[in-house]
Amino acid sequence: MYGLGILKGMAITMKHFVDSYLDDIFWAARGGRYYNDEALKVRQGLKGKGVKTVFYPEEKLSVPERFRFVPFLVTDDPPPGQKWGKDWCTSCGICAKVCPPQCIWIERGVQPNGRPKPEPNQFYIDIDICMNCGFCMEFCPFDAIKLDHDYELASYDRTTAHIHDKERLSKPLSYWREIAPKKAAAEAAIRDHVDELKAWKKANGRDADPSTAPKMTEENTKQLFYRGEYY
Amino acid sequence: MSEMILDDQPQDDGTAVNQNPVERAAALLKERFPDAVTDDTRDGYTGLMVSADKLVEVATALRDDIGFDYLSSVTGVDQINDNKMEVVYHTYSIDQGGSGLVLHVQVDRDNPVLPSLTPIWPGADFQEREAWDLLGIHFDGHHDLRRILTWDGFAGHPLRKDWKEVFYEEDHKPFGSRWPGGEVFRAEEKTVYGKNVRYPEGWLPTGDEYDVETEMYTGITYTRDQQSGMKTDKLTVNMGPQHPSTHGVFRMVVTLDGETVIDLKPVMGYLHRNHEKIGERNTFIQNLPYTDRLDYLSSMSNNHGYVLAVEKLLGSTVPERAEWIRILMVELTRICNHMWALGFLLNDLGALQTPMLYFYLERELILDFFEEAAGSRMMCNYMRFGGVAYDLPDYVREQETISFLEELIYEHIPAVLDQGDGLMTNNEIVRARSIGVGILSREDAIAYSTAGPVLRASGAQYDVRRAEPYSYYESLDFDIPVRYNGDIYDRYLIRMDEMRQSLRILEQVLPHIKATKGAPIVDGKPQYAIRMPNAGESYGRVENPKGELGYYVTTRRRESNPDRYHVRAPSFINLTPLGKMCEGHKVADIVAILGSIDIVLGEVDR
Repeated sequence: MYGLGILKGMAITMKHFVDSYLDDIFWAARGGRYYNDEALKVRQGLKGKGVKTVFYPEEKLSVPERFRFVPFLVTDDPPPGQKWGKDWCTSCGICAKVCPPQCIWIERGVQPNGRPKPEPNQFYIDIDICMNCGFCMEFCPFDAIKLDHDYELASYDRTTAHIHDKERLSKPLSYWREIAPKKAAAEAAIRDHVDELKAWKKANGRDADPSTAPKMTEENTKQLFYRGEYY
Repeated sequence: MSEMILDDQPQDDGTAVNQNPVERAAALLKERFPDAVTDDTRDGYTGLMVSADKLVEVATALRDDIGFDYLSSVTGVDQINDNKMEVVYHTYSIDQGGSGLVLHVQVDRDNPVLPSLTPIWPGADFQEREAWDLLGIHFDGHHDLRRILTWDGFAGHPLRKDWKEVFYEEDHKPFGSRWPGGEVFRAEEKTVYGKNVRYPEGWLPTGDEYDVETEMYTGITYTRDQQSGMKTDKLTVNMGPQHPSTHGVFRMVVTLDGETVIDLKPVMGYLHRNHEKIGERNTFIQNLPYTDRLDYLSSMSNNHGYVLAVEKLLGSTVPERAEWIRILMVELTRICNHMWALGFLLNDLGALQTPMLYFYLERELILDFFEEAAGSRMMCNYMRFGGVAYDLPDYVREQETISFLEELIYEHIPAVLDQGDGLMTNNEIVRARSIGVGILSREDAIAYSTAGPVLRASGAQYDVRRAEPYSYYESLDFDIPVRYNGDIYDRYLIRMDEMRQSLRILEQVLPHIKATKGAPIVDGKPQYAIRMPNAGESYGRVENPKGELGYYVTTRRRESNPDRYHVRAPSFINLTPLGKMCEGHKVADIVAILGSIDIVLGEVDR
């Protein structure tokens, strides 16, 4: 019959239309289909039916741990009364060298005797140029620069607000632990292991048998996968 | 595990080497043109060196007698150290498959004139224009040698090694001005309008002295029909650059007789950023995230082609798990891309938004997976030289990754494809609009260098995954779909077929992903400062969802930056026959024909 194809298509559209209302009824007794975290999770997952709209900003999708957006600098957890602790950055400049659009500027700190100090005096990132590739995080040997999850960076004036200085970039380690718990734990395990190895080498000297060196626990080795690296 | 896979691969024996079609073709050409054709003896280079005055004869013999009938890529190279301009042609055989025969032609840099190959391969049209535009290589006999990516009044040829923009920092990154002790600046402070632009002599922005548009319209201006019968006028209309149906900023200069298209010329370059110059300044690894932004709908495939090209130069190996993950990602990307393409095709046919969004629901789930795995939905930047950046995540949307993928691949995507079939395949309006419209014959499709679904919908069963297998495609069981009518409807059907074949591949990949859990995903620790061990050229090509995506990379020994970096962009080259496909059709069909080619302007304009 001519027109059957069109009718069949209409039926599909109709099914999608009805699905949303059925889903609405399902969630009615469970706190509603919208503005409900539990419903949002289901709606956005594989089991979701009907309209999938996210009512931003009232509803927000959770971002995965690996989500990357504009870097920040990790500092120690701040002592009471202060905003930041000690910088982890040693101003080695690897991030600035590997950065594809070259958006990082580092001013190295200077000791009173004029020699370079392994910490940045200033650290700028032009977030207009940053392409969120994550290379700085990947290649930083000190775990000092990380990509953020905070994607709401709208501002009224790009000329002043879009060059982030050290003050704007610094965030405590606890924040990194909060947004990326698995990655942070894996990195901490690796750092502990490296410290342990160093201590062992110091204690045993150079000629010690490497097979007696401390090994990483299986749990930690597993966690390395989150970095995609092997040591 | 790995032995099982390797056993499936055919063993090379001595006879296969003797019958290598590339070597045979090279030998034949050298025999026929002893003065004009020699081996390219430079370190790390392959293929033949052809003298410019015999190029047309060599190309004709190659196409007609030897069977290398497909000119894939035309690349201009500035060999400033030898004071030469070089053009590299990659030719393939559609029927035999296999690797390509590479022709190098060198001409004097101060007077770079070559015969045009457009009479033999019309597909060289845009590519030669690109080489003229960016490198200033003149192609004698080209019917329409205008600038294509930069604007008509642009001064100089930017890909020449001695061309420098007004705000010029350094030849190579990393720029020393940024570190150490670098002073922060915004580039625009140093490149205010008027300072970073060089106008040609006598050119004024008001436009009277240098009329850009006349050149465009030469031969297609308003004329009055002298014939008897109905008096109709020819009218030139600009479709675009701001037109919703062009999928971006793309312009078509259409000459109309009533509603009927007489001539169509694509105008592009509105998004041009000289990706290749940027690539030549970047270090090898810095260029990876830039490749994401070529065809931004299929960034995983773009990464794949680039890492293949560089891995050839580096000589790195890829662990098994990484290869499987790559195939998983690339095939999911293909499905993503085709869903997008078909959704937009419906849109272009007038079924606005609603059916398009049904395709996107599933695409969204795939993007969720990409986001969990790579950290970004579209700009994935996921592959590395010798592997991939991260292992697969444990959970996607709070469901275990493997079960998520299984549900997606076995249930959701097949269901959405069936739904798409229900929506489109037998829809009378879709059929009426698309059957017999925009026909491209097999001969034309090959001659115009089209690739991917456009080529296969015209009856040429050519897919890089089978013709010159990379990764583990050789050991995977899948078919190359082919359709024979070459119209919009076939280009729609072929994408449906391809998605189903991709599902077949994915079903075979999943068990390997499970079996290799915990195995290494990258060859050695990733390095940020890579130096190439040897000089040479490399061409990595993959079957992108849109067609053959090739990266031509040359480097000098111990260099950290490519010497020449060229992208064979399928969207760009697939546009070459657009005018031919549209001739004789109505204005409304142009939109559907363009939609069926499936272009992304980020890749067209580069």
